[in-house]
Amino acid sequence: MTLPAEKAPAAGPAAGKLVAEHVTVVFGHGRRAHTVLDDVGLTVPEGTTVGLVGESGSGKSTLAKAMVGLVRPRSGRILLDGAEVSGLRGARLTAARRRIQLISQDPNSSLDPRMRIGRALAEAIDPRRADPRAHADQIAAGLEMVALEPDAARRHPHEFSGGQRQRIAIARALVARPEVVVADEITSALDCSVQAEVLNLLARLRAELRLTMLFISHDLAVVRHVSDSVAVMHRGAIVERGDIYAAPSHPYTRRLLASAPSLPPKETR
Amino acid sequence: MIRSSRGLAAGLAGLGLIAVLAVAAPLVWGGDAAHLSGAAREGVSGEHWLGTDALGRDVLARTLVATRLTLVMTVIATAIAGTIGVLLGTAVWVAGPRVREIGLRLIDVMVSYPAIILALAVAAILGAGTVAAVVAIGVAWSPAFARLTANLAASVAGRDFVSAARLLGVPPHRILVRHLLPNIAEPLLVLLSVAFAGTLTALSGLSFIGLGVQAPSYDWGALLNTGLDALYTNPAEALGPAVAITLTGVLAGFVGDGLAAGADPHRVGIPGRVKKVPLPAAPPEDDGALLTVDGLCVSAGDVDLVDGVSFTVRPGEIVGVVGESGSGKSLTAMAVARLLPDTVTADARALRLDDLDLLAGAAPDRLATEIGVVYQDPAASFNPALRIGGQLTEVLRRHRGLGRRAARERAAEALDAVRITRPEARLRQHPHELSGGMRQRAMIASALLTGPRLLIADEPTTALDVTVQAEILELLREANRRDGTAMLFISHDIGVIASLCHRVLVMYAGRIVEELPVADLAAGRARHPYTRALLDATPRLDTDGDGGAELTTIPGRPPAPADRPAGCAFASRCALVMPRCTEERPAAVAVGTDHRAACHAVALTVEETAS
Amino acid sequence: MTAAVQEAPAPGPVKAGGRVRNPWIGFLLRRLAGLAGVLVALVAVTFLMVQLIPGDPARALAGTDATGAQVARFRHELGLDRPLPAQFGSYVSGLLHGDLGTSFQTREPVADVIAGRLPFTAELALLAILLVLAVAVPLGMAVAVATRGGRRRRLDAAFTFATGLLGATPEYVLGTLLVLVFAITLRLLPAAGASSLSALVLPVVAVALPSTCVLARIVRRETAVVLNQDYMRTARGRRLPPLALYARHALPNLLTSTLTMGGLMLTAMLGGTIIVESVFAWPGLGGRVVQAITNRDYPVIQGTVLVLGILAALLNLLIDVLLGLLDPRTLTARSRS
Repeated sequence: MTLPAEKAPAAGPAAGKLVAEHVTVVFGHGRRAHTVLDDVGLTVPEGTTVGLVGESGSGKSTLAKAMVGLVRPRSGRILLDGAEVSGLRGARLTAARRRIQLISQDPNSSLDPRMRIGRALAEAIDPRRADPRAHADQIAAGLEMVALEPDAARRHPHEFSGGQRQRIAIARALVARPEVVVADEITSALDCSVQAEVLNLLARLRAELRLTMLFISHDLAVVRHVSDSVAVMHRGAIVERGDIYAAPSHPYTRRLLASAPSLPPKETR
Repeated sequence: MIRSSRGLAAGLAGLGLIAVLAVAAPLVWGGDAAHLSGAAREGVSGEHWLGTDALGRDVLARTLVATRLTLVMTVIATAIAGTIGVLLGTAVWVAGPRVREIGLRLIDVMVSYPAIILALAVAAILGAGTVAAVVAIGVAWSPAFARLTANLAASVAGRDFVSAARLLGVPPHRILVRHLLPNIAEPLLVLLSVAFAGTLTALSGLSFIGLGVQAPSYDWGALLNTGLDALYTNPAEALGPAVAITLTGVLAGFVGDGLAAGADPHRVGIPGRVKKVPLPAAPPEDDGALLTVDGLCVSAGDVDLVDGVSFTVRPGEIVGVVGESGSGKSLTAMAVARLLPDTVTADARALRLDDLDLLAGAAPDRLATEIGVVYQDPAASFNPALRIGGQLTEVLRRHRGLGRRAARERAAEALDAVRITRPEARLRQHPHELSGGMRQRAMIASALLTGPRLLIADEPTTALDVTVQAEILELLREANRRDGTAMLFISHDIGVIASLCHRVLVMYAGRIVEELPVADLAAGRARHPYTRALLDATPRLDTDGDGGAELTTIPGRPPAPADRPAGCAFASRCALVMPRCTEERPAAVAVGTDHRAACHAVALTVEETAS
Repeated sequence: MTAAVQEAPAPGPVKAGGRVRNPWIGFLLRRLAGLAGVLVALVAVTFLMVQLIPGDPARALAGTDATGAQVARFRHELGLDRPLPAQFGSYVSGLLHGDLGTSFQTREPVADVIAGRLPFTAELALLAILLVLAVAVPLGMAVAVATRGGRRRRLDAAFTFATGLLGATPEYVLGTLLVLVFAITLRLLPAAGASSLSALVLPVVAVALPSTCVLARIVRRETAVVLNQDYMRTARGRRLPPLALYARHALPNLLTSTLTMGGLMLTAMLGGTIIVESVFAWPGLGGRVVQAITNRDYPVIQGTVLVLGILAALLNLLIDVLLGLLDPRTLTARSRS
């Protein structure tokens, strides 16, 4: 597959679509204070996917939450198109938030169990009224985008498998027409063959929609499969970015790569 | 979702009847209840089924008529409690984190005080009387609602779909109405029925001790009070209101139980009948196998979750079982360990560890010392209430007869062997004081403590980080090299299996579809279409470029255990499917040394090559 | 809900060996601070009880047919004509000197009234609580073990029905029925009074039985949950005999969850005790406070509510300490919810 031209970051000082600058996040107060992110900088250029790998407790999910505004950094800034979004409040925060959408890990918790799929998507299109009839066409288009039948709109989340629910969560994020998508471990709760479905879907959407995406996972192979460039996170800091697979320089990256069990070859004859 | 049950239906029907009575009784029996018959404190008779009171009024009529006042008071008090409580709980949750913290603490303190003490204070302020009692009990019950509302709202608000709604720009009040309230309605309904019974009891209690309804009005509590005075002359006078209060409370309890059972995630599953599988006609052949599994079935009710699995593990061999969720791999492992949950039953033609028959009754000493088990979730597999030392030493003390000190020394050595620092100090710690990786190493130490002949490891690295996983795998390799411990290693990750095991079993839909030496797997000689699809569906670190390359997906989903077809379970998803596949279950055919695949298409090519 | 900031997720696993402080110190400090807060709140509530009487408290207390001069004198006697802070000051300083006021009705010091009655209430409540714990825990466990995995459907149904019925029977109704059966019909036990040891039996049973049923159901459900936990499978993997399995591995865990949920019920039994005292003419605080409320004898009401509140607070503290002993993790948790 030939890589699209947008892989190269656009020139200029505000090269990133979504940028984290010196972001520090501290949970708790006083003696119980616990620094989760320590001066983290990360840039997601327009039209590319940046992968973020790290182990549990490395702070990668907190960075995702900070990027979308669910966690407020103690210091540092989050910039969208060069404008700061991390300090916003009220209506301007709401407006900025719709431009960055988060897809989360747990297929059991990502959809409201009491709400039909159609209404969940309608809510993403029109958060105030959430009327599925008014947006039937857009809902059907959204479902088709993730390869689901339009009649899925009439069903409840429990009628779908984990992989289907993750696809619905992707559709919900995309019908809001976000400029950036943050995907936090969206395949880690899925079985291997189902994961392949979701990864293929993401690959297709990246090509078709020129998605700008921050893709977070603990799985080096999955991140490599999805991303244009990769950053490695360890203990609240980004320790390495760039071509970590061919020439890892940080010892932690090397350890991570060495620990990953390698897969047997597909087939030989 | 609320599932209806007989208790729930009976409770609702009973309460409905009582409500009808509350409306009708004063109209029908109002006259009798006030009529002074002149026969005071008469016993039970045909005319007065429950006798008469001190003024000669019919007790049954009065009990029935009192239904209205009692029920109205109870409903109003419950409504007050629910309204104040839900509003307070919502307010506490809507407020910022600081206020929420303080508010929750206050509510906690209030909940921990007996409602009756609060009610006494309110009754003291307002004076004894109907209104005072209703307000008192209503206020006294409101903290319970406030706490439940606040706690439920907090737990629902922490779920991903609420953050998603916030990110989509759904206004806060709409999140409350659209997402939060519907998702907390069920437990609130349960509490409502509990509170109904509670306020009924408390209101009647206040009237009973003279602080509630005052004469000439009367409710069940007031009637019970006068009945108590007449206990020696006409016991039936107390029985009427006693039965009324209790019956209504029980019915409300039925409703609460029914609602709670419908909403309870901990509901115990329905177990299956014990399945009879004919005993083996002849012992299966095996040459020096340590573990022999022949025709193992694990079933829940009539449904086979594991469907005729046969394999062996040789001394010193690491056998891996790989499969996706629902393939039956963990049930197979737990059946071998004889640790299946109560809800399923296992049977087999043969299940043997060397000379120990695992199908026969207990040989606890041998089972405990010859089979070691490492479980998936190291956080949940240690008892949180007991220290590490006590948990590690109990096998040695119970089954090896070691003394306390000797057992602790052995346990410390075992911890040291899995490279846990300061083993003596660890023995005195509780499990929550150890990190996840350390807990799993301690679990391995515990499993190896008795020098078992077979170690069963059920997804032991799934909950762990990849660097920790590498350490754990190295420990297992080391134990295998050092002690020659044979292992049955379960994983969903074919890469992990390939890096650790000598021989691999691939499971799909409760059956083994392929069995092959790891050398064949590593050389790309996997034959079964499912095994190959699994390999193709996994993203790789070594060959893939940056992004994009299409992964192979397997269309469809594995069949549910109850829907498995008569033929090959993989047929509906298989690219090589033939008519025969849907009709006839494929037998395992040898395709190499120690390499068998259960596939008609593979069998066909084997035949062709042979001919 | 405006703030976008979410509460911090729990930090990573507790680092082994990182502990510098005994967790009991922090626990006790926090609990003592909580107890002090509760005391302050109780004092404030009992003080305000008089102030909150609708209309003019002095007129309400002096009675409807009192003359204006009588009301004024009464107001002055009670100090109700002084500013609120001054009233509160003298109320608190009185409490600090052990002065709970004087009964309007009998002119006895309230402290003496309570001292004479409290032992009876405490005796009844504590015996009942011990009985509840002693019966409900083994019963609930035994039923849970016997019916695990859906075994013995009939026992399950019988247990559910019996405990549902008895658990829904209010203490005072049960007390009345017990008197009817055991005192009046069978003449086995005294119906009222506190003159002999046998007089204790019926009141204690009346207070304890409904709570026993409710707690037994909680224990049974919690046991079923505990039996399904992974660590119980680990314990089964060690092939322990049943006694070691249930007593050593299941009991501490289910006591933790049972006390967390059932603790509230134990304090609520204080309330049941108060009402049951009326059935048996038990000379405890219950009968006295009812009499005081009927007669609007405020000093006695205030004193009793204060003492009962303190009793409940101590009971709560005791439960928290028990929980801390059973499961050290609860020491660092914020509350029992």
